[in-house]
Amino acid sequence: MGNPIIQVENLVKSYGNVQAVRGVSFSVEEGEVFGLLGPNGAGKTSTVEILEGLRDLDGGRVSVCGLDPQRDSQSLKHEIGAALQSTSLPDKLRVMEALRLFSSFYKRHRNPEELLKRFGLEEKRNAFYSQLSGGQKQRLALAMALVNDPKMLFFDEPTAGLDPQVRREIYDIIEELKREKKTIVMTTHYIEEAERLCDRVAIVDHGKVVALGTPRELKTRSGGSTRIEVRLAKPEPDGALQKLDGVADARELDGAYVIHSHRPPQTIVAIVKHLEAQGNELVSLEIASPSLEDVFIEMTGRRLRD
Amino acid sequence: MRNFATLTRMRIQLTLRNKMFLFFTVLMPFAFFFLYAGVFAKGQPMVVKFFLGPVVALTVMGSFWGLSAALVMFREQGILRRFHVTPVTASDMLASSIVANYILMFPTVLLEFFFARSIFHVTNFGDLLATFILISIGTISFASLGLVVASVTNTMQETQVINQLLWLPLIFLSGATFPLAFLPHVVQNVSLFLPATYLVQGLRRAIFESAPIGDHNILVSLGSLVFWAVLTFFLSAQLFRWEPEVKVPRKAKLLVIATIIPFLLLGFWENKYGDIPAQAQSAFDSLNGPQKTAPPPNSPKEPDSPK
Repeated sequence: MGNPIIQVENLVKSYGNVQAVRGVSFSVEEGEVFGLLGPNGAGKTSTVEILEGLRDLDGGRVSVCGLDPQRDSQSLKHEIGAALQSTSLPDKLRVMEALRLFSSFYKRHRNPEELLKRFGLEEKRNAFYSQLSGGQKQRLALAMALVNDPKMLFFDEPTAGLDPQVRREIYDIIEELKREKKTIVMTTHYIEEAERLCDRVAIVDHGKVVALGTPRELKTRSGGSTRIEVRLAKPEPDGALQKLDGVADARELDGAYVIHSHRPPQTIVAIVKHLEAQGNELVSLEIASPSLEDVFIEMTGRRLRD
Repeated sequence: MRNFATLTRMRIQLTLRNKMFLFFTVLMPFAFFFLYAGVFAKGQPMVVKFFLGPVVALTVMGSFWGLSAALVMFREQGILRRFHVTPVTASDMLASSIVANYILMFPTVLLEFFFARSIFHVTNFGDLLATFILISIGTISFASLGLVVASVTNTMQETQVINQLLWLPLIFLSGATFPLAFLPHVVQNVSLFLPATYLVQGLRRAIFESAPIGDHNILVSLGSLVFWAVLTFFLSAQLFRWEPEVKVPRKAKLLVIATIIPFLLLGFWENKYGDIPAQAQSAFDSLNGPQKTAPPPNSPKEPDSPK
């Protein structure tokens, strides 16, 4: 591999008796968008905040931009930009004041006017932070991550709680940053976000990386099979669907049956026939090409949004 | 250093936009001022001058309310976290709180002196240099106390409870509300263990008795408050927490006890060898005229006639 800007080896972090991160390892190349995908509480935020120098680690080794976030946190902070989760600004701080204030903290800085324009906040320049909508607050958070023109960006759940349209705006911004060859580490629990934005994804669950690769690699790893999700009038006994034609894997999940098939047409016919013979009925049927969600289900036996 | 300057400016801007601040930092002190000067002193210049020290001390001590509340709110709302990911340090954050508070508080004190002169005809404000230095050191040390309160409490409710618990003894036992001479002997003894007493009595001595910097009790006041300011600031920097979910460490409570030690020692010393209550008594007696008690040797030569 080329030139890792981030290296994480066997990272461990505990809060009291709870082990939030249990031996996470990965590396991030310069210019790459790297995603940590996983449900809430998987240890994504802890991992990212250790990389940012906000939290101390309990075990393992971490290097960011050639620096140790714990020892050299002061110099590291000049090199990185971050949009944190569960953060805020003073209610009575104006948008332009926030950008000016935060850019004053750095040796190197970018013109706040230009950032204001780029993030579509020109009309809001004199608005108080408390007067901004959720989307505007998030755009400001991303703009503020750029005030020092950093090479390395951290976005922790950049679209959490935003409506779909605003979410797409944020995707456009991140894609633009990607074209500028910024290195980005982002966390998310949205599959489509990881698939659309990330060059490589680490799927994280219970403080461990359960799979790592490009979205395409991860999907082929799930067997390249088509996913068929059916809801039935009556429950089927265990293993009955597994025996049908073309079925690679079948399991029950939240009252539905998720079936992976190598030959979808034959499988569907087999399902219908089987149900007829059992006197059962098909309530709904969905067919999808494999997604990262399937990979996640396969690795953890749970849906991502549990 | 630049971070400190821009943060200070931000704090001043934000505070001026906050209506609660205007109430506590501007209206409350003036309410005290007119209560003391108009009602207690009945507008007599000599008595107004006597009460000016306590009123200014109340204004100065009030610092710690707003400061602790603002810092805890910043932490609870996750605002401090956002600063933590920048090169801003804990000392930048704390020092800017103190300096912003000082700059905002000073005009209020100046106005109190201005009103004393223009409305109540107080013509002489004692030793201005000693007064100025005491006000400055007092503001910084009580602001640092606010920062310590912010560091050792987890939530806003806790902060407010601790503030109340500190505030009441500070104002009632120090001579800031009832003159020290009024208080029973036992309470006078207790008061010598409180930092507030050294501020209130120091200010009274500088303003009412025109004692200069070199005066023994002014030096005691200044020295103890400077020492305390350094100690509390250092402590608040040690205990500073950026993250809302990080709780107060156990050692914090021990360290807080450490800040009490200097005043414990000073209190014992002053109780045994000092003359602060006696001085307060003679200053108070001088208000009632020389026919009752002989004027203290260092009583001011005032043009205003005493009561």
